Amino acid sequence: MASTRIDVRKTYKLYIGGQFPRSESGRSYVVNDAKGRLLANAAQASRKDARDAVVAARAAFGGWSGRTAYNRAQVVYRIAEVLEGRREQFEAELRAAEGVSPGRARAYVDAAVDRLVWYAGWADKIAQVVGNANPVAGPYFNLSTPEPSGVIAVVAPRGPLLGLVSVVAPLIVTGNTVVVIASEQHPLTAITLGEVMATSDLPGGVVNVLTGSVAEIAPWLASHMDVNGIDLTGVADPALAAQLEVSAADNLKRVRRPAPDTDWLAEPDLDRMTRFMETKTVWHPIGV
Amino acid sequence: MFEYAPAPESRAIVDIKPSYGLFIDGEFVDGSGTAFKTVNPANEEVLAEVAEASDADVDAAVRAARRAYTRVWSRMSGAERAKYLYRIARIIQERGRELAVLESIDNGKPIRESRDVDVPSLAAHFFYYAGWADKLKYSGYGSTPLGVAGQVIPWNFPLMMLAWKIAPALACGNTVVLKPAETTPLTALLFAEICQQADLPPGVVNIVTGAGDTGRALVSHPDVDKVAFTGSTEVGKAIARAVAGTDKKVTLELGGKAANIVFEDAPIDQAVEGIVNGIFFNQGHVCCAGSRLLVQESVADEVMARLKRRMATLRVGDPLDKNTDVGAINSAEQLAKIRELSEVGESEGAERWSAPCELPAHGYWFAPTVFTGVTQAHRIAREEIFGPVLSVLTFRTPSEAVEKANNTPFGLSAGVWTDKGSLILSMANHLRAGVVWANTFNKFDPTSPFGGYKESGYGREGGRHGLEAYLKGEDS
Amino acid sequence: MTPTASSTESSAPTSGVFDDVVRSDSSLRRFLHGLPGVDQVGAEARAAGLATRSVKTTSKAYAIDLAIRMVDLTTLEGQDTHGKVRALAAKAMRPDPADPTCPATAAVCVYPDMVATARQTLGDSGVHVAAVATAFPSGRAAMDIKLADTRDAVEAGADEIDMVIDRGAFLSGRYLDVYEEIAQVREACNRPDGTGAHLKVIFETGELQTYDNVRRASWLAMMAGAHFIKTSTGKVQPAATLPVTLVMLEAVRDFRDQTGQMVGVKPAGGIRTTKDAIKYLVMVNETCGADWLTPDWFRFGASTLLNDLLMQRTKMTTGRYSGPDYFTLD
Repeated sequence: MASTRIDVRKTYKLYIGGQFPRSESGRSYVVNDAKGRLLANAAQASRKDARDAVVAARAAFGGWSGRTAYNRAQVVYRIAEVLEGRREQFEAELRAAEGVSPGRARAYVDAAVDRLVWYAGWADKIAQVVGNANPVAGPYFNLSTPEPSGVIAVVAPRGPLLGLVSVVAPLIVTGNTVVVIASEQHPLTAITLGEVMATSDLPGGVVNVLTGSVAEIAPWLASHMDVNGIDLTGVADPALAAQLEVSAADNLKRVRRPAPDTDWLAEPDLDRMTRFMETKTVWHPIGV
Repeated sequence: MFEYAPAPESRAIVDIKPSYGLFIDGEFVDGSGTAFKTVNPANEEVLAEVAEASDADVDAAVRAARRAYTRVWSRMSGAERAKYLYRIARIIQERGRELAVLESIDNGKPIRESRDVDVPSLAAHFFYYAGWADKLKYSGYGSTPLGVAGQVIPWNFPLMMLAWKIAPALACGNTVVLKPAETTPLTALLFAEICQQADLPPGVVNIVTGAGDTGRALVSHPDVDKVAFTGSTEVGKAIARAVAGTDKKVTLELGGKAANIVFEDAPIDQAVEGIVNGIFFNQGHVCCAGSRLLVQESVADEVMARLKRRMATLRVGDPLDKNTDVGAINSAEQLAKIRELSEVGESEGAERWSAPCELPAHGYWFAPTVFTGVTQAHRIAREEIFGPVLSVLTFRTPSEAVEKANNTPFGLSAGVWTDKGSLILSMANHLRAGVVWANTFNKFDPTSPFGGYKESGYGREGGRHGLEAYLKGEDS
Repeated sequence: MTPTASSTESSAPTSGVFDDVVRSDSSLRRFLHGLPGVDQVGAEARAAGLATRSVKTTSKAYAIDLAIRMVDLTTLEGQDTHGKVRALAAKAMRPDPADPTCPATAAVCVYPDMVATARQTLGDSGVHVAAVATAFPSGRAAMDIKLADTRDAVEAGADEIDMVIDRGAFLSGRYLDVYEEIAQVREACNRPDGTGAHLKVIFETGELQTYDNVRRASWLAMMAGAHFIKTSTGKVQPAATLPVTLVMLEAVRDFRDQTGQMVGVKPAGGIRTTKDAIKYLVMVNETCGADWLTPDWFRFGASTLLNDLLMQRTKMTTGRYSGPDYFTLD
């Protein structure tokens, strides 16, 4: 029997400061599925949306970085729990957007959940692995510990779920806040992931997701003087990457260069966390 | 007068069965020893009958653990082991109130502590070590487990000690047989139920109940690769002797006689809180309790006046009352020991003062007590009382404080109170103790290693260092 | 040992005990900086520990009525009118018109130009009139203006004066200036007939920031003759907090140990619920003891708190939760 019910379609918007606003520019762009049929219109973020996202990320930084590592671990773990509960939706989205097989889609979702769990555990361990007491030659207590760099802009790689999770999780678990430009070609899943984060006790503004043109938005983030680092993982055009790195030099942003050949299914190293952490060393005299 | 009406936590949340068996290979089974009773120390009510594990039962548990180790747990990826531990952490959080109430009933500790300290720390410990399970290559101790761990824990923090033992062992890929204390077995058996809810593979965690004989059978079992013990120094030494000549790896967390050192420039109101917390937290049943107060002579009178005034506000009584600060002594045997040493203190000439409080007619109770005029020669300054009894000594200079603090065979913990940062660090350098608290006391965290110098034991529990006890030290 | 309110009223500032201390700026500084430090983490942990007390049934009923009797019902708005103040005063006298057993509040707290209106409405009800003075809330005015502000309020019939200290002077270490200012305002509280208004000294602890500063300000004000020490104006965040109040309670407790004189404490601003108010009462009980558990020695500066106390009071008698529609908004 043919169904007469008409689908209620979802409007995809941006994710900024814990809210889901449309682009202030009022623009959108067409996102097609793997077979070239219309999936949805995605919001096309402007430089002003990027600016607003940086303001939201900066506002969230003090509170988020000030939480205990244990609490950040629990929140990131909670994202994994909520994502696991919506795995069918994500598998369906990956199959539609990328045209991957059901088994492949399941593998990506599995890996994304496990990646979140892996990073969650790092929140209260990274300092124990990369920090240390330093036996200086004198009557001083001397301890080095890592701290988050601040607001980090990210150009996400193409994998709309696993790729995005793999670049965002290491940043937030260490206490940074993030403005991420989703994969231009597959932006919709990034917004659905935003819905997961918005319902996982993650404070608004810790992760902000923009959809739209990388070439249009990324230069504004790269030159933004209130952004502390930029991760160019998903920048496909080497000339654009070089230009962004030049802009980033204006306030000496920490830069991570593009990583076109990353195998996102493999276990990552620590460098996605440590690249955007500062080492702080404290000296204190010892005496009566 | 502003008197607080009784505010009892409801006992209805726990379902105590008339009798309990052993937890072996994922199932509750009868023990073949002579069952024993566990009582509520606050009113001497018999709570349940608990099976005693015989040598054969212990052997069955170790065999189950070995099977689970070989067939399942050591072969499982760290990431999957982690998920089981995260599940356990989450179920602990979900059933937190139930665990807290049962812990208070069986142990006698105030619900305020079991609810705000023991149970949250239990969950946090599993959460923390869950995260290590898939990161062992970063631990610095290799990532190869030892095998089957035999673990024996005391009655003062039944759930916390269980977490300190089981969480790192499982994270590293070992399986365990754990023996809870004879007087406080119930929450470990509730934990066994949580393992079932988490679908933890059978045999990974086994709980055998019993007294000293059961513990001896466990630590001396030939197929146990690792022995972890928390308890008295006397038993710790016996274990060290028993494992001599074997390949068993051992960690011991034993007694203490911590010095809590208050300098004249200390933040005095917080120091008084720290003294109170140091010795009256958990009725003083704390191996790292600040049982020797070393106070600088220039402020001794002022500190004592403030301390006594503060002690008079401690509320001693029903552990399930949410306003109780000091609960019941865990057992008649322990109460007798505290009484005996307190009498020795008096007969040796120290001056005794107890907080004015009405003690319940039934159950095991001891009023918060402080002895002044104590010297290093007094037995109450040297022996662990393991109760709410504080011995006060004075000192004049930092070096005298260090000398007195270190003049003990123990070396578990110490406290330092001063507003001068460099003095804190200097004292920390000179104190021969595994944990030094500055301007705080009795703080624990899953990320922070804990353990003693000298006769307070060896090995560390907690933090990255806590993994060392459960790994081979190299990758095979 | 415990002085009554009247004996404190007649006592002179510092009673000679601290003459050496307040001789010069440097001696005063040495004294204040010689007070024991306050460890922030420890003080906050103690306050949080006391906040876990569970006050139920009869104790709760007692605490609610006591808290109502301790409220300084406050309106300090640019938009205040005589009509608003009359309504507030009426509410202070009969907080729950439906229940004659409900006690009155301790005082109403208004700006000096509203004192006469409040006085007239309150009559001899026993509810005091408190006035904020000394260029409240910033305190940024010349001394003679602050004193005139105080005298105006006292002449208009204020029973209590809530003054603000010069935080700029305090933070720049001019302690003697602050001391003298408090002493002069206290002088200005006296009436020709020999009676006088009680002086509450507001620190604006949100601006002093550290607990060490709060402890020093407490001793400074007590030595200068304050009858009450008060946390905040309510115009700066954070206003009253449990740990700040704890540090002040420890100060009044220690001051009595040393001088025999009692000084009251008034947390103000941000205390909105019965639950919060009871936490403060527990803290008073376990820090200073029962002597301070009266409106003579402990007050709440609050406006919305009263209605929550009334709702909880009704809940205790009816057994069901009430709603804001059943209480007056004044």
